[in-house]
Amino acid sequence: MQKNIYEISKEGRRGYYFDTYDLEDYSKSFDIPDKFRREEAPRLPEVSENYVVRHFTKLSNRNYGVDTGMYPLGSCTMKYNPKINEVVAAMPNFSHTHPSWREKHVQGNMKIINELQGMLSELTGMPGISLQPAAGSHGELTGLMIMKQYLIDQGDVHKKNIIIPDSAHGTNPASVAMAGFIAKEVKSNAEGTIDMDALSQLIDENTAGLMLTNPNTLGLFEKDILEITKRIHDVGGLVYCDGANMNANMGITRPLEMGFDIVHLNLHKTLSTPHGGGGPGSGPVGVVSSLKDYLPGPIVKASDEDFYTFEMPAKSIGHVKNYFGNFGVYLRAYVYFLTMGGEGLKLASQLAVLNANYMKACLKEAYKVPYKALCKHEFVLAGLKEPGDVSTLDVAKRLIDYKVHPPTIYFPLIVEQCLMIEPTESESLETLDDYINILLKIAKEAKEQPELLHNAPTTASVRRLDEVSVARNPVLSYRFNGEEQ
Amino acid sequence: MKIVKGLYYSKDHEWIKIEGDRGFIGITDYAQEAMGDIVFIELPDVDESFAAEDNFAVVESVKAAADIYLPIGATVIEVNSKLEDEPELLNKAPFDEYIAIIEGFETDELETLMDADAYEAYCNSLE
Amino acid sequence: MHPYLPHTQADIDHMLQKIGVESIEDLFTDIDAKALLKSPMRLPKAESEGRVIRKLTKLGESNIDTANWLSFVGGGIYEHLIPTIVPHLISRSEFYTAYTPYQPEISQGTLQAIFEYQTMICELTGLQVANASHYDGSTALAEAAFMACGATRRDTILIPDTLSPESKNVLRTYLKYKDLNLVEVPSKDGVVDSDILKDYIHDDVAAYLVATPNYYGNLEDLTGVSEQLHANKSLLVIMSNPMSLSLFKSPGEWGADIAVGDGQVFGNPMNFGGPTLGYMACTEKLMRKMPGRIVGETLDLDGKRGYVLTLQAREQHIRREKATSNITSNEALNVLAATIYLSTMGLAGIYEVARRSHINACYLRDHLKGIKGIKIMHNQQIFNEFVIQVKDSEEVMKSLELFQIIPGIIIDHEQNLLLITTTEVHEKEDLDTLVVAMKEVLA
Repeated sequence: MQKNIYEISKEGRRGYYFDTYDLEDYSKSFDIPDKFRREEAPRLPEVSENYVVRHFTKLSNRNYGVDTGMYPLGSCTMKYNPKINEVVAAMPNFSHTHPSWREKHVQGNMKIINELQGMLSELTGMPGISLQPAAGSHGELTGLMIMKQYLIDQGDVHKKNIIIPDSAHGTNPASVAMAGFIAKEVKSNAEGTIDMDALSQLIDENTAGLMLTNPNTLGLFEKDILEITKRIHDVGGLVYCDGANMNANMGITRPLEMGFDIVHLNLHKTLSTPHGGGGPGSGPVGVVSSLKDYLPGPIVKASDEDFYTFEMPAKSIGHVKNYFGNFGVYLRAYVYFLTMGGEGLKLASQLAVLNANYMKACLKEAYKVPYKALCKHEFVLAGLKEPGDVSTLDVAKRLIDYKVHPPTIYFPLIVEQCLMIEPTESESLETLDDYINILLKIAKEAKEQPELLHNAPTTASVRRLDEVSVARNPVLSYRFNGEEQ
Repeated sequence: MKIVKGLYYSKDHEWIKIEGDRGFIGITDYAQEAMGDIVFIELPDVDESFAAEDNFAVVESVKAAADIYLPIGATVIEVNSKLEDEPELLNKAPFDEYIAIIEGFETDELETLMDADAYEAYCNSLE
Repeated sequence: MHPYLPHTQADIDHMLQKIGVESIEDLFTDIDAKALLKSPMRLPKAESEGRVIRKLTKLGESNIDTANWLSFVGGGIYEHLIPTIVPHLISRSEFYTAYTPYQPEISQGTLQAIFEYQTMICELTGLQVANASHYDGSTALAEAAFMACGATRRDTILIPDTLSPESKNVLRTYLKYKDLNLVEVPSKDGVVDSDILKDYIHDDVAAYLVATPNYYGNLEDLTGVSEQLHANKSLLVIMSNPMSLSLFKSPGEWGADIAVGDGQVFGNPMNFGGPTLGYMACTEKLMRKMPGRIVGETLDLDGKRGYVLTLQAREQHIRREKATSNITSNEALNVLAATIYLSTMGLAGIYEVARRSHINACYLRDHLKGIKGIKIMHNQQIFNEFVIQVKDSEEVMKSLELFQIIPGIIIDHEQNLLLITTTEVHEKEDLDTLVVAMKEVLA
């Protein structure tokens, strides 16, 4: 069993050394009054430095990252995280800067912010960019707040409904609720795109807007996108682009040209910043000219004398996060822009789409392909053609035994037994072929030795875990000496 | 799938048993089967009043959360607090374990609900 | 081909053939021509690593040289010493290039680290349940406000005016669009008097959100506050600089229902304000109302201990518009840094950091007090920050720049108030340098 950090702790060990304190004598005259003094000491582990290193190295060995191997999680864009990004982000003149220093002391940071605002503006077509949101869902919330403030200013307070496709990510309706709107679901048609008749029925004068990912979560480009955005504009609504799938579009099409008013980008997807095991991300928001004044701030403006200043947009919704967003994250995206260049980004999107279509073509012999059309950077499979009693979960767990990361499963909700595969441009033909061969082999195993799938994984650090008991009786922190919560 | 005679059923898969002027409300076998392993139930407050179709409890499994609606307007007078520690009882015996006891409802409203045969036909139509 | 792209022309041709199209452009024929870009994006050309490093080094030099300046700036982001093993270990790519731990069997590293972090946060806050983090302290505070409104079914949030402007601003934005009310309680001598607070506790109040130490560095005396609130069925939410919690009363000891704060102080560099991590803990009673990811301990099929994301029915991917929050990404890598930091430092370590940060501030306050032209604003218990008043705060800042000193943050230009912060990175010599320089510029 892998011990936890408390289980290797022993009283008296320490991991850090302090020099003698010059104010030791002075400190004797200070005492914390009883009413403020902590009564019960927090229990923290006591471990020597080298054993802390060993503990977390062991934990890292129980993880899987993009550097370990292919990680084709649909709608997550697990591409290569360039190492130069890490080197730059660790430079002390960036990482040791304080956000409350004066503008003249951090002109380097501000220039980077200003230039990155410009680059993201070019990537999306949107003239206004704010880097403050910290993640994709945070960007969604921000965009919806902008939408709401704009509608309030237009006197359209009755507009409360936001239309969302049934294939949308769960964050979309959750963000809608958090911004005080009401989510209305629109069905997808047999081709996997928005059902235009169903859409017409939902649109009325109470429509505040529509949220859409394009390409959508099925990996399909919404062919009626221009008509969709027009219909929403016709009733005075705004259209929000969930930019989670921008990796299909770079240099090919842009949210502005598709008719969107607001977009967020996931820099930790499209622009190569690492996911960090679940964060930190960065979710900048871009808007059309008429919404620029509503952006959260501050944002950075350049003056003629090459001096940069912070500015709060005139009708700003306010702040959505402390300071200027996740500078340490978007600094990496800035470096990615420089190392890739405009042409490199376009090529990345093209190859991401090529990789996805190639895998889809190779897998159709053994897996159900619910949508035959060309896909963009990702595609969905509706489980095995001949599943027997094997589920998509079993297929995913068996992939682990072959030392690769499974795709996203059971999402979008409208595809049964869904496997959602996004290979990204980072994977070579050989790696794709290996992954395809594993999936085909698993399809064969499902027929011949289904128990291999039911029992999988058997080669990971743990086997399938009991998720039911823990949800009934949650153990959410270490039980010291077996004590109850 | 088990269906008990003599109860009233809603389209959202709740059952109501009437005893005098009190009603017992729970979820059906069909509902628990669809949810999978139930891990938690959020019970209403005692003395809380609800209109018909109000959400009065939440049932959670590992992969789903379902709002439970009161098919008729009523006041909760008692809850089955045993379910707080053993939510799995709803999987084991959905018709034995009520969620709440209600009072103060209009008997007319019960007529909008299904009887066992109608509910069975309804469930079959969903397959 | 670009170094990040492994495709050869032969590979591309082979793949196109398998797909059954002639060219890469043919893969985009489903896009309406009107939506296609007509000209290439106006972005720079790709540059080599050497040039990019040179460019970024130069940009870094447009900031002040952090190694040669003496800064007493805090107010929410703090410079503490970071053990070298922290950046070293979080740079292991199995950690930082992994996604959210959706496949627990191959994510036990991330999951176990979060579980250990949750344990440490519970210990520090004195509460029973912690989640896997928020974007920062202020967004954690805003989510705590939503959580309190949801749990109490009320719509008014009380805050003291001693809350930091960053937190107030974020809270204001979040509450405004959800049609929730924000009411500010005035302070006296840099803290809130519980007699004044009493008059604000009405039956629409979901919670009182208070920071201690507050923005001015003062500790709020919360004696009797949780009792007042609970008698009104309102909740108490306490925000803290968690480094102070080894010295001062924990949120749990004050009777808080929810504790939040920014964990940047634990092993994370200042990063120009982000990324940091927002922590959140609550009582067991509120467990299922808590937003965010939570890791739980369980067993695998062989009875072996393991960890999974749990209580997921609260979350957006299942509950959609009824979820406790829309949060998806959190700040997992910053959480990992905090966990490694706390493992390395232990209680003795963070106690020593907190003690030195505190004593340094007391020493500095003592020695600035006697200088003509400086007024110590409040007479309160402090942690590691305090406010002074000078005649012309702009002038003081400018003059001290000549010594390469940033003495603090001007938090009020009209009143000329300066917030001064110390941590254990300051040696006695640094404190004396500021005192001498202040004397000189104010003379």
